[in-house]
Amino acid sequence: MDRGVRETIVSTTVKEVQIGDVGAQAAAHADGERMSLNVGPSHPTTHGVLRLLMELDGDLITRCEPVLGYLHRGDEKIAENMTYNQFVPYTDRLDYLAPLANNVAYAITVEKLAGLKLPERCEAIRVLVCEMARISSHLLGMGVFGMDAGAWTPFMYTFTEREKLYTLFEELTGARFTTSYTRIGGVARDLPEGWMSKVEKFVDELPKAIDEVEKLLTRNRIFLDRTEGIGTISKEDAIAYGLTGPNLRASGVDLDLRKDKPYSGYEKYEFDVPIGTKGDCYDRYLIRIEEVRQSILIVKQVIASMPGGLWYAEDAKKIFAPPKEKVMTSMEELIQNFMIVTEGPQVPAGETYFEAENPKGALGFYLVSKGGGVPYRLKIRAPSFCNLSILEKLVPGHMLSDITVILGSLDFVMGECDR
Amino acid sequence: MIDDDFVKALLEGRDFISVKHRDDCLTLDCLPDSLIGFCKHLRDDQTFDLLVDLTAVDHGEEADSRFQVVLHLYSLIHKSYVRLHVACPDNQSPSIPSISSVFPAANWHERETFDMFGIKFSDHPNLKRILMWDDYPYFPLRKEFPLAGIEVPLPAADVAEVTGADVDPAPMMGGPFVASGNGRMSEAEPRAKDESWTEESEKPL
Amino acid sequence: MRFACFAKSSRKSLMISNEVGYNSKVEGEVIVTRADSVINWIRKHSVWPMPMGLACCAIELMASAASRYDISRFGMEVMRFSPRQSDCMIVAGTVTYKMAEVVRRIYDQMGDPKWVVAMGACASTGGMYRSYAVMQGVDNVVPVDVYVSGCPPRPEALLDAMMKLQGKIGNESSVKNLSKKPESTGVS
Repeated sequence: MDRGVRETIVSTTVKEVQIGDVGAQAAAHADGERMSLNVGPSHPTTHGVLRLLMELDGDLITRCEPVLGYLHRGDEKIAENMTYNQFVPYTDRLDYLAPLANNVAYAITVEKLAGLKLPERCEAIRVLVCEMARISSHLLGMGVFGMDAGAWTPFMYTFTEREKLYTLFEELTGARFTTSYTRIGGVARDLPEGWMSKVEKFVDELPKAIDEVEKLLTRNRIFLDRTEGIGTISKEDAIAYGLTGPNLRASGVDLDLRKDKPYSGYEKYEFDVPIGTKGDCYDRYLIRIEEVRQSILIVKQVIASMPGGLWYAEDAKKIFAPPKEKVMTSMEELIQNFMIVTEGPQVPAGETYFEAENPKGALGFYLVSKGGGVPYRLKIRAPSFCNLSILEKLVPGHMLSDITVILGSLDFVMGECDR
Repeated sequence: MIDDDFVKALLEGRDFISVKHRDDCLTLDCLPDSLIGFCKHLRDDQTFDLLVDLTAVDHGEEADSRFQVVLHLYSLIHKSYVRLHVACPDNQSPSIPSISSVFPAANWHERETFDMFGIKFSDHPNLKRILMWDDYPYFPLRKEFPLAGIEVPLPAADVAEVTGADVDPAPMMGGPFVASGNGRMSEAEPRAKDESWTEESEKPL
Repeated sequence: MRFACFAKSSRKSLMISNEVGYNSKVEGEVIVTRADSVINWIRKHSVWPMPMGLACCAIELMASAASRYDISRFGMEVMRFSPRQSDCMIVAGTVTYKMAEVVRRIYDQMGDPKWVVAMGACASTGGMYRSYAVMQGVDNVVPVDVYVSGCPPRPEALLDAMMKLQGKIGNESSVKNLSKKPESTGVS
């Protein structure tokens, strides 16, 4: 293809949009015309590349069919060709707003199958980074939600806070986001000196920033009008469609995996789980703001009680690479390192399923292993995929301008939806 | 509580169910014809009303029962999971009944399983591809499908005509290098899987 | 081509350069330069990007538009999502084969002059996703002017890329392109 010539233009023709039998229906309807609208994959209001094929009656939406797959990268097939540790960067890019939480969920799944027990410090570090990732994800979610409803300032405020978080992540892991911090059997490196006091300073200042965002949105007349009573999901619908996370809790279902099936030492920390009543967009917004406040509490508790010790499982001989000083000096560790890097962490045969409470919902990994260092099958149960399946039922009956608010409140990420 | 009494009561009178193992959660083998009825029982009587995941595993072309559909259900009362393994009867054109009438969440999961494996779900309201484009001819997660992909024309013909692009197999450059995991170390060393070709040298036949 | 406009000053000075160097004490109220320089100067300091934010790089794009890395100092904060109103398409994220036709169609809807920045490893070459569904580089469907490496590239890297794009725009022979008729065939 001649890349230098820019005059070649594709002659585009009108494509026929098939929304089930919309064409036939529209023709059959005598009263009013139904308009087919394509809220195409590239659109400012969709959080990522989601396509909505909609049928409108004036401004009222009568039918909505989401089309996914525009970011399908083949993660599950890639997982069958990578060792367990090599797959960690791909988990970063699933929910790319809270990469550390994905790292932790994946590592715990593999460790569950391998039957590893982790030291307390490692678990506490994982809880700490998971909660910081939750703060980061909710801050962005609510900033962009405000932007969808028309308010630019909360976006700027929350991004300023997120930049502070990025600096902390960068000091810990080396990357602003896409951290790839966990390894099977531990975390990549210990906490740097003085890092925890920086985190403490950050969470001490964060409530003021959240208050500023709340001042702008929570009692704002326009925001209330746009979000209250919009996108109401009933309790039965939420469970029937497999919703998890803040979306499910907003509808009144008390399911938080950190409390119901605690992992990585979550049972040691005291925190509340906000539950909504009506299940509309406003409830989902309030729950996320409150979850940030609860995460701040958890972070403070973890910092106050951070145990000493190792940040990896020492007895995981065939799974976790030994520290570099030993590798360079001792023969046994050298062989161990070689085996783990070339063949991958040796995980016994079997299957397991583990779900973690990610900011978007319950991120689950179903792992089938036939022995060796490479998974046989890895299924990623993405919360956004399940959360979006309710759109077909939820959206009809709303106005066109409610679409942005509904999508913003569901807070999904196409990276994990399409994998 | 998922204890022995619970399991015994669940199995009683249902010979289409058998316990496979209870390593990390209760795993049951279920026959495809009784799947819908058993799911209804689990949802209504045993409080497993949250369908967490529905997927499939391809056990390879040599296996007796190649495709196995795996369901995970969660109960908010018992606070635990139940896993169902459903073996597809036919290896060539696998098909099992759809449970989207019992769990609406299964709708998209079944579409994805069809997209990736080619397993048809009978009575599904809208069984078409969800992650790949509608005309894609292959099922990517089957074991014989290479990671790099197989060459097919780009889904939009006019764009392909102008730009000259099409769906090419990704250049693997001899990789991915994956160890087989079994056998002696010299044999178990990582070596290139079937993608033993690069942009310069053609794929060997 | 040069043009000169004379106003109050009686001094005539002809400058032949691509840069507009202006000293009001010397030149008075008049700048004499090439048309190319002026047109390029105007274009490069108000590039309106169209963010084709597909995946994780979109978050770094948003971060570069936020207050810390402020893309607004370059005149680029006007992130127009409508291709008709934008100059530069920043492809941020993985381009899958399913999405490729959408990227191309949106590129065609942009008016001339237009530039494309492939942000990140996935947009440049497919990144770490060597699989059946990922197009190995967006340059298979659109001509790319600047490639930015990184996964994701830091906002500073994106700003550096935009500055390189500004340098590239500064060297274009815009006046020749003004008189050229584009071969368009019914772009929708």
